[in-house]
Order: sequence, then C-alpha cells, then structure tokens
Amino acid sequence: MSIIEVINLKKYFKEIKAVDDISFSVNEGEIFAFLGPNGAGKSTTIKMLTTLLKPTNGKIIVNSFDTEKQSNEVRHSFGIVFQDYSLDDELTAYENMEFHGSLYRVPKKIRHKRIEQLLNIVELWDRKDYLVKTFSGGMKRRLEIARGLLHHPKIFFLDEPTIGLDPQTRNHIWDYIQKLNKEEKITILLTTHYMEEAEKVANRVAIIDHGKIVILGTVEELNQKANTNSLENAFLHFTGYNLREESTNGIDRMRMRHNHKIKR
Amino acid sequence: MNTIYILWLRQVKRYLRSKSRMIGSLSQPILFLVALGYGLGPTFQRAGEGNYIQFLAPGVIAMSVLFSAIFSGMDIIWDKQFGFLKETLAAPISRFEIMIGRTLGGATTSIFQGILVLLISLLLGFKISSFSLLFTAFIFIFMIAVLFTALGTSIASVLEDMQGFQLIMNFLVMPTFFLSGALFPLDGLPKSIEIISKINPLSYGVDGLRGALTGLYQFTFTTDLITLLIITFILFLIGSYLFSKIQV
Repeated sequence: MSIIEVINLKKYFKEIKAVDDISFSVNEGEIFAFLGPNGAGKSTTIKMLTTLLKPTNGKIIVNSFDTEKQSNEVRHSFGIVFQDYSLDDELTAYENMEFHGSLYRVPKKIRHKRIEQLLNIVELWDRKDYLVKTFSGGMKRRLEIARGLLHHPKIFFLDEPTIGLDPQTRNHIWDYIQKLNKEEKITILLTTHYMEEAEKVANRVAIIDHGKIVILGTVEELNQKANTNSLENAFLHFTGYNLREESTNGIDRMRMRHNHKIKR
Repeated sequence: MNTIYILWLRQVKRYLRSKSRMIGSLSQPILFLVALGYGLGPTFQRAGEGNYIQFLAPGVIAMSVLFSAIFSGMDIIWDKQFGFLKETLAAPISRFEIMIGRTLGGATTSIFQGILVLLISLLLGFKISSFSLLFTAFIFIFMIAVLFTALGTSIASVLEDMQGFQLIMNFLVMPTFFLSGALFPLDGLPKSIEIISKINPLSYGVDGLRGALTGLYQFTFTTDLITLLIITFILFLIGSYLFSKIQV
C-alpha cells in the first residue's frame, strides 16, 4: 500500500523547471531514497511534499490526504529534518522540544514523557537545559531527529540529514533510523549525497536530474541496468559527469555573507 | 490557545535572554532624553512651551516602542535565515495563529521596553500628572506596539534578507519617528509636514500617550484611540495576508 502518491508534479520558478512532471509512490513502511546532483529538484520536491511550497501543477497525496486541500492533516502525518538546521539557538534543547510538542498539540503529560524518552535515545537528556547554540553540528542533528519524532509521525522526511557530520555520528544516526523503521514501521523518505549511505539503508531509490526522475528501483535493479557494481557508479552513469550549478536564493546569499564575516 | 501561548513565550524568552540587546536599545532613548531634553529645554521654555522633558518623555517612550516593535516583527527575517521559520510553517497550525502569537510576543517585549524607558524618564525628571491615567497610557503603548509589530511582520514577509534593512530604517522608521510630534508640537508647521504628520499613525500614538501621562492632547483621546484601532486592524490584516503567502 502506498502512503505517498505523487502524480504529474510540476514546479516552475519563472522559466526554470525545478520539478518537471514527476510521478512516483512510496510504500508504507519502506525506506525510500531520493538521489540527484545539486539543483536536481530534490529539496523542491520535499518542500512540496511537506506543504511548504505550492506545486505549479499536479497532485500529492500524503497519508491519504491532499497536500493542498488538507494541509493540516498532512502536517500531522509527517516529521521532518530539514537540510539546514532549523532549531532556535536561543532556546534550550528541552524548550525546542516543548515548542514543537505544543505546536503539534501533544498533550502535556504524554509530551513530557516522550521528550525524556527521545532525548535519552539521542543521548542528549543530560544536556537538555543547555542552549542549542552551545551544541555541535552532530548534537543539533540528533536533537532535530528527536524533535521530528515527538508527535509520532507516520512518515519521516530526512533531507540530507548527515551532511557535514563525522562518520561516527553518521553511523549512529542511520542505525537509529533503520531501527525506527523496523520497530515503529515509520515510512522514511530521505535524500543524501552519500551514495554508500543510500546503498546501505534504502529499499528503493529514485534518481532525479533536471527535474525529472531518471530511474527508480532497488539498488540491484539500478546496478543491473547501468551494468555497474556500486550505486555511486550507477548514479554517475545515469546523471553524467558534468558539474552542476545550483542557483542560490537570497537567504543562502545572506548566510554565505554571514559565515564569511564570522570567518574573518 | 496553547499554540499561541508557546509562540508568545518564545519571543518573551528570547527577549529576556538577550540582555545586551535590551540594554543596547535603552541607550538611544537615554541619549534623546538627556541631549535633547536638557539641551533644548531652555530654548523650549523661552518659546513659552513649558517644560521640555515633560513634552519629550512620552515621545521618546513611543520611539522605543516603535523601534522595538518594528524590529521584533522583522525578526522573521532572522528566523528565515536560521531556518527556524520552516519548523513553524511545517507545523499543523494556521498561519493566522502564528501571526497572532508572534505579534502578541513582539508587542509584549515592546511594552517591557516602553516601561523601562518610562522608568528612566521618571529618574530624569519626568512627572506623571495622574497615576489613575497610567492604565490609559498602557493602552496606547500596547496599540503602538501591536501596530508596528504588524508592520514589521508585513515588511519581513516580503523581504528576502536583511539587505533592505537600512532602507526601511532610513525611509520608513526614522521619518515615522521624526514626523510624529514626538520631538516638537504639531501646530504651526508648514503645510506639507502637517499633512505627513497627520497621516502618520505614530502621531496618534504619541498624542494619546502624552495625553494620558501629562494631560496634554493635540488631537483628542477619542480621535487617537479610534485612528489607532482602525490602522492597527488594517495593518494586522495586511500582515496576516502577506505572512500567509510566505513560502520557504
């Protein structure tokens, strides 16, 4: 049974076809990886799946709800770890969790119990009263994962969750996500640039390029079609060797300037 | 209700935690009170307008509320930059609730700021004519705060980054302050300035606040209150609309 159904989805930004007529479905309980070069349309698709962006055309059904007409029901159905950090630095780990729990209307008693559970799982319980700005990148990621699960979503979106993390943390995070998928039957849709990670955890893989799905199937199927022995080679086979340009928006530009200033 | 409360609480906590920002934003009102209040006081007195600190203090209180409210509305840009806005927008609550929570939060911190400046001006020689009207003064502080938080939110919803900030500061916030009657009485002005100050919502906030604190009205209590209510309502609707259009 499919829990996500994407039908003829399009997103145009003026002339640019960021997502150009894609259709696919994700089965309940599976780990589905969305791969593609920079600027291929992965994040745009995730933004539309999570109701943050309106499609130009097409239809998305998440957990049997329409993302445009029943966005609140859709929002209740998923948890998400965004590509960029999305925590409030000026709040503590616990307060970030509390904020999320209140927004999702998790009843107080259950909320406190779950926050303790989840923070213990991601090994941040002893740091719960520290401001998030004192956390390392890996700790922030773990906190975001815990936060995304607080309202017990049926679907978990992970947009490059391990970018910039050390191998230890990456390993730890994927092990936990796999465990979550097995034990809680949560459907997982992820994007990553680390092919070996996708190879390790994903049941099925879709490769997207220039806004279109180039190929979709299990890792074995992709390797067979490309006549390669690793997902990395298959990926290069399907998407070519050319470097990609990614257009930046104002916020990215500002962030770049900001980081630049800090470095100086 | 709980969702609005948690959004409000976040703003207030952030405010209380950024002591440097709080103190930093007090330096400007103090400078205005001391430099202008004491500096121009004798001239003001000779012109037969009475005690300048009495006239100036409500204007400076309104100024600090104006600045703090606009900036707290514009905080959305930082939330965009640091990604936190996505967390709020992906949650199953309506954009309208977010708007209310944020606006009330921003208004609350601006009121704190206004009260701090009021206390400072009391130390610098400002005298409240009747303490029974203090409540009326708070109503006007509240309205100025909500009005300009909503304006800040509207601006932040259409701006992509802080690039436009100086522009807003120089062409909107400063003129709003200088042409509001905060620093000088609005009578006997050149026609063009008079017109601008009459369509400036802050003029009514300053006037209401000054009236409540010192008994000196340029317009009337009713005019001030009704004008502010209408403009606040309109700006709140515009802010909600623009905020609901944000895509991240």
